[in-house]
Amino acid sequence: MENLTDHAYGEMVKKASPPSKSFRDIPLAFLIGGGICTLGHFFISQYERWGVSEEIASPAGLITLIFLAVLLTGLGVYDKMAKVGGGGSLVPITGFANAVAAPALEFKSEGMILGLGAKMFLIVGPVIVYGVASGVIYGLILYLFKLY
Amino acid sequence: MATNLGNYTLNLDTSPSLLSFAAVGSKKEAEGPIGKQFDIINEDSLFGQKTWELAEGQMQKIAAEKALEKAALSPGEIKMLFAGDLLNQITASHYGLRELGIPFIGLYGACSTMSQSVILASMMVEGGLINRGMAVTSSHFCSAERQYRFPLEYGGQRPPTAQWTATAAGAVIVGQSSAPPYIRRVCVGTIENKNVKDLTNMGAAMAPAAAQTLSRFFADTGTGPDNYDVILTGDLGQVGSDLLSQLMEREGYKLEGKHADCGLILFDRDTQKVDAGGSGCGCAAAVLCAYLLPAMRKGKVNEVLFMATGALMSPTSVQQGQDIPGIAHLMHLSTSPKAGGG
Repeated sequence: MENLTDHAYGEMVKKASPPSKSFRDIPLAFLIGGGICTLGHFFISQYERWGVSEEIASPAGLITLIFLAVLLTGLGVYDKMAKVGGGGSLVPITGFANAVAAPALEFKSEGMILGLGAKMFLIVGPVIVYGVASGVIYGLILYLFKLY
Repeated sequence: MATNLGNYTLNLDTSPSLLSFAAVGSKKEAEGPIGKQFDIINEDSLFGQKTWELAEGQMQKIAAEKALEKAALSPGEIKMLFAGDLLNQITASHYGLRELGIPFIGLYGACSTMSQSVILASMMVEGGLINRGMAVTSSHFCSAERQYRFPLEYGGQRPPTAQWTATAAGAVIVGQSSAPPYIRRVCVGTIENKNVKDLTNMGAAMAPAAAQTLSRFFADTGTGPDNYDVILTGDLGQVGSDLLSQLMEREGYKLEGKHADCGLILFDRDTQKVDAGGSGCGCAAAVLCAYLLPAMRKGKVNEVLFMATGALMSPTSVQQGQDIPGIAHLMHLSTSPKAGGG
């Protein structure tokens, strides 16, 4: 064992570890992700048909998707869908909703404040932090460009 | 008294006996290949408790009580209890076993805890310090996931190298008896690392420790794979098992036809979606208590090496970029107290 370097063992591990099945995962991610986005558009069009203004219909569509994602998380369906959909169910706004609802459910057992309240942003916390930070940076760049 | 064999192996001259054993599992374990052999199955993975952590403790309690019942012993007749689990501060053992009133030693060896606890109990019996000791370990899929990975309802994909934490517990009572199976030799492992950092590839992290302990044991005892009916590792899964074979071949030992892994026995990889196989302290514990020891009692296998392996990281150490050290403790079990097995 002493004569086996970390690097040589790393090569053995690479060979022994099966890779993810991209030929299956990528088309499924496309279908599930595409499906979620199509559903979102369906809601937006439907709200417009019901006479909601375009400005309101778009956020209303998103809110509907968020509601559905949280509901499916609570029913224990979203994680099963994500096992198939992978990135397709992670990237749309529904993935974000799931990532907030799942820890909220899980850490309820540690109480409403230190459990649910504190752990709710366990997964999405970094997304919010860096989302806001990059928003500020890009906003600043845009502002500087508009000066000249 | 025990005698030293080589640098690492201890020969237990009195051959303590595994007097009684019990395994507890839940729904997924019941659906697996050895599901029918569990002593107790509760399909409610909360085991009637409020939290997953309490459920895991409850599993330990049920397993310990069942092992006592099978041996017709009361808790007072056990002189020392060795127990551990995967939770922070091993609370499943502390909360689950507190009512037994047996002098208690809490252990942490990650998934190697079953070997660790049985080895300690048998060494105490061998030394004549206690007449009976009990070893109990558990793991629970739901409590392990929330501690090490993500909340249960979080939607994510697992890579094919990941392993599935078993919801199971096992208990073994060790003492002096003329009934097999006996524990003949033990080899306590050293902490080994080969710079594996992937939290979803534990088998790869633990395989070097398994190979190290196993080759040391062979060298110390002058035996090889052919001297044993089966070499059962705990929770290397498919990836770790393949790597162990390769590593042992480098050391000059061929494991083909002799090696089996608890993580590949507890679950069926093809139908149960467990990726590389089962894991967790409860996996090796359940396979030992529900499958291996009953088979030894029936005389189906006689000379066995049981080696549970553990990955000794924490979520913090991994986040801080540290690699994952592994450990493997080996025990030689036999149906004969002295002769045979090399």
